Amino acid sequence: MQPANAYIGTPQNRVDGRAKVTGEAKYAAEFDAPDLAYGIVVSSAIAKGRIKSIDTSAALAVPGVLQVFTHENRSRTAWFDRNFRDETAPPGSPFRPLYDEGIVYGGQPVALVVAEEFELAAHAASLVRIEYETDAHMTDLDLRRSEAYVPPKKRSNVKPPPSPRGDAEGALAQAPVKVHAEYRVAIEHHNPMETHASTVIYEQDGTLTIHDKTQGAQNSQSYVSSVFGLSSSQVRVASPYIGGAFGSGPRPQYQLFLAVMAALELKRSVRVVLTRDQMFTFGYRPLTIQTISLGANPDGKLVSLMHDAIQTTSTFEDYQEVVVNWSNLLYHCDNVKLTYQLAQVDTYTPIDMRAPGAALGVTAIETAMDELAYAAGIDPVELRLRNYAETDEADKKTFTSKELRACYQLGAERFGWAKRNPEPRSMRDGRELVGWGMATGVWEAIMQKTAARAVLTRDGNLEITSATTDIGTGTYTILTQIAAETLGLPMEAVTTKIGDSSLPKSPVQGGSWTAASAGSAVQNACLSVREQLFKYARQMEESPLANASIEQVMFVDGRICLMNEPNVGVIFAEAMQAAGVERVEAEEKASPGMLTSMRHSGYSHSAVFVDVKVDEELGRVRVTRVVNAVAAGTILNPKTARSQILGGVVFGIGMALEEESMLDHNLGRFMNHNLAEYHVPVNADVYDIDVIFVSEHEQLLNPLGIKGLGEIGVVGTAAAIGNAVFHATGKRVREYPITVDKLLG
Amino acid sequence: MNRFSYLRATSIDEAVRAAAADPTSRFIAGGTNLIDLMKYNVERPERLIDITRLPLNRIEEADGGGLRIGALVTNDEAASDPRIRDRYPLLSSAILAGASPQLRNSATTGGNLLQRTRCYYFYDPGTPCNKREPGTGCPAAFGRNRIHAILGTSEHCIATHPSDMAVALAALEAVVHVAGPDGERAIPLSDFHRLPGDHPEIDTTLRHGEIITAVELPPTDYGRHYTYLKLRDRLSYAFALVSVAVALQMDGDTIADARLALGGVAHKPWRDPEGEAMLRGQPAAEDRFAAVASHILKDAKGYEDNAFKIDLAKRAIIRALSQAAAGTPQSQTDKRIQ
Ligand SMILES: Cc1cc2nc3c(=O)[nH]c(=O)nc-3n(C[C@H](O)[C@H](O)[C@H](O)COP(=O)(O)OP(=O)(O)OC[C@H]3O[C@@H](n4cnc5c(N)ncnc54)[C@H](O)[C@@H]3O)c2cc1C
Ligand code: SF4
Repeated sequence: MQPANAYIGTPQNRVDGRAKVTGEAKYAAEFDAPDLAYGIVVSSAIAKGRIKSIDTSAALAVPGVLQVFTHENRSRTAWFDRNFRDETAPPGSPFRPLYDEGIVYGGQPVALVVAEEFELAAHAASLVRIEYETDAHMTDLDLRRSEAYVPPKKRSNVKPPPSPRGDAEGALAQAPVKVHAEYRVAIEHHNPMETHASTVIYEQDGTLTIHDKTQGAQNSQSYVSSVFGLSSSQVRVASPYIGGAFGSGPRPQYQLFLAVMAALELKRSVRVVLTRDQMFTFGYRPLTIQTISLGANPDGKLVSLMHDAIQTTSTFEDYQEVVVNWSNLLYHCDNVKLTYQLAQVDTYTPIDMRAPGAALGVTAIETAMDELAYAAGIDPVELRLRNYAETDEADKKTFTSKELRACYQLGAERFGWAKRNPEPRSMRDGRELVGWGMATGVWEAIMQKTAARAVLTRDGNLEITSATTDIGTGTYTILTQIAAETLGLPMEAVTTKIGDSSLPKSPVQGGSWTAASAGSAVQNACLSVREQLFKYARQMEESPLANASIEQVMFVDGRICLMNEPNVGVIFAEAMQAAGVERVEAEEKASPGMLTSMRHSGYSHSAVFVDVKVDEELGRVRVTRVVNAVAAGTILNPKTARSQILGGVVFGIGMALEEESMLDHNLGRFMNHNLAEYHVPVNADVYDIDVIFVSEHEQLLNPLGIKGLGEIGVVGTAAAIGNAVFHATGKRVREYPITVDKLLG
Repeated sequence: MNRFSYLRATSIDEAVRAAAADPTSRFIAGGTNLIDLMKYNVERPERLIDITRLPLNRIEEADGGGLRIGALVTNDEAASDPRIRDRYPLLSSAILAGASPQLRNSATTGGNLLQRTRCYYFYDPGTPCNKREPGTGCPAAFGRNRIHAILGTSEHCIATHPSDMAVALAALEAVVHVAGPDGERAIPLSDFHRLPGDHPEIDTTLRHGEIITAVELPPTDYGRHYTYLKLRDRLSYAFALVSVAVALQMDGDTIADARLALGGVAHKPWRDPEGEAMLRGQPAAEDRFAAVASHILKDAKGYEDNAFKIDLAKRAIIRALSQAAAGTPQSQTDKRIQ
């Protein structure tokens, strides 16, 4: 029988589910204030040049308009770039809204119109007249390819490619089986349901309470403080609920800057919400041109592995992500050469998007590996097993755990892979061609220093707090589970509060590190409370636990009792009463283990199997079945975990078949900036998705063995679909998304 | 969004008079297109005339055996009406291929006909566009034109009309009834939308002040051999890259009469009488369908992103004709194409 309060590893409903479906959960743009004013952003019509003149008189003449902020009348802000840098900023000079007359990208904010009413602000914004002087812009990566460079300054937390090993070129020349191709994935925008918004409440004492749509409340807080020269006690940022972000939310966005500036200048509360089209006026998943050369022996064993990537960045920052390293991380090879370069275009800086780097790099290597499978005449799963990397060869480390083999095996079994006819175009269902494809997924298991606080009160309630956020992943729920189980309380007795800069320190939520980091911090804080409680219990007069050690007791249902004699014990409240305390509290941190990271590499893995039906004549692809087998250490909550993988797979379907932000290079502007023309999968596009969690014993990364699940679901999915399309049609599309035109042509 | 005044019309007459008096006024029905365009500052009417209370929300038998669909009948009501499903299943199918259930609940028959193009540039006042601002140019022709026209374009505009419903109405030879300051008139659907020519800012032959009162479907015998085949960038909820409405009268294996209209390829639902004539009296055979398809697309002109549509349209025509001839119309819920 499961012991009571054993929540870790069990499927649990979201603790915030009810608040979300009843509307009780409030989002950044839903907070109100008696003196709230509304700001509307005016966006640049040109991609590069300068504002020659900006005429705000007509806008200002509209009754109810409070101010039009432009570069000409903006308030003074900090001087140095470092003041504008946030915790996730890449090297360079962060973009400063309304800084001067210069235009550095299309859609750049050029004015903020603030009025008493939202509609008035929108009306007045349409009356701002701007004359520009245009300079020639360049948004076409192909035309900038020759100017690509290795970023001189590394972005923190982003590993550059390792130095070459062996002689990749020489080995390729000798290799009997070769694959050489270029792969591309179109630019994507995150398009979370909730657009970016900041409601800045100007408190009576002049301090600011900011409801910001952000993946990092403290990151936004420190940005606002340093840019506007405020002390951190003057700024509080809250972001308890986030309507999706996918990486669009770690960096403070321009609506935050503008709303704060307006609030400080006008000395009143201001809300700025970006429109859907303005969601295409900041970061995106960069366009990446990848070239892969594989050399193998007839048995499929790799003898040469080369993977190069050129990626777009802006003219002001060197965005970086890990694109090429994954190839060697997945596959053993002695002759390896990996390169990563940037090329500047006149857009905003790219920003992280779900599985940044891996979603691109793994798509390319997993498509190339499929090509190698056909070139060598070896089953794609078998090929991967023959090249299986037993260690992290680039870093010369061992893996903390790696159950990728089991992912291949269990995924293949569930899918029925053995029944696959390897011949392309060999399987049919009526008019449609059937294709079965597979690919591997991988993502790093990261931990970041995070703090959490646990406060147990005599009434038996436990409050857990940390500044970390929940972007819809289920963080509230898993933290509640960990706390309840650690302290032996029912989940209903635990309240978890997160997403507030005033709470214990946490980095932004991202990189799939939150479950491991915040989860471990919560566990540590609860363990501390446990020890104190136990001390009080033992100190009670005639305590039945007087002679017990903490190893000999368990905490269950608000009681500490002897393991071998569960009837003997002390109720928490009694112990606290005896000690004369109302509350027992502790704040603890969790950090990545230095020793572990020196010797070991931690990654989650997956194997994705896909069944597609292709109407070849009409170029229509249906992804009718997906099996995704995931090994990611301890699965804290199979229910929310499954949702993460489902969402990731749907993201992958989008990347494989639909998503593409279309740049007009003549205008230097993204054109399909709405959800009618930027296509993400709809219900009809999503058929069966079967998620398997492969058991994986993880002991080294953190005591609970958590690896994280936010990104892994998307990684590999697009390649598996592309590989299935090849199997169905015999046509290899190397530019994702695989749209009708590419299949017909 | 601009400031506007609002009038809730209580009679057709009042609506028409108010509209005629103000050249910047717009009727508003479901609002699913107009409100979006106002938010984007593409439409800036100074007066909105709300017509949703007018008695134009019925589907009635027309004299002579057809059906008359009031301009305010919602897309959902039209698609689910038993008479339409029985006698004009092509129309029902085409409507169900469009938009989403939520939108179809609001969208009206009149509004659907008058919805404007989805050209990206038209929607973005930060760019030039002849349709939005005559004389500023057509960036789509040299820019992103995946969703643009391949037939009947002009150097001034290559936009498409995005409606699915209108494509079926064109095939069914519906008639648009309008009321205006000068009285009532009836416009055959094929004359209702126009090609862009020198004046892409003008979508239709409707005059300012005229209100659509109804769409009349003439009596037909196309209830069995029909299909609406829509190809798009995802399996649902996207505008057509190419769509084909086909209605056939079969005499055994021979095509007695044929109607065919294309959507997503031109500034109006595209019909080709010569192409249809090539089917009449012919056996339903794929090579004949291919010849018809080639004929219909013979003057098609592709642009950088949309040249694929020429081939796609041909294949879609062949498939749609096969479906219609076989009496196996395309399901709008099962995404497999028969
Ligand atoms: C995201 C999205 C996806 C869509 N997908 C599709 C699709 O796949 N296929 C498709 O066919 N459509 C699609 N639509 C468009 C939708 O069908 C139209 O928006 C709708 O039919 C318009 O009807 P309405 O009543 O809301 O018109 P409104 O927005 O109220 O009006 C549109 C225009 O018609 C005028 N008007 C309305 N009624 C009358 C009248 N009786 N007389 C004279 N003028 C009138 C108005 O003045 C206005 O200019 C989509 C729309 C959206 C927003
Ligand atoms: S195609 Fe027509 S609507 Fe589009 S930009 Fe050109 S003129 Fe404007």
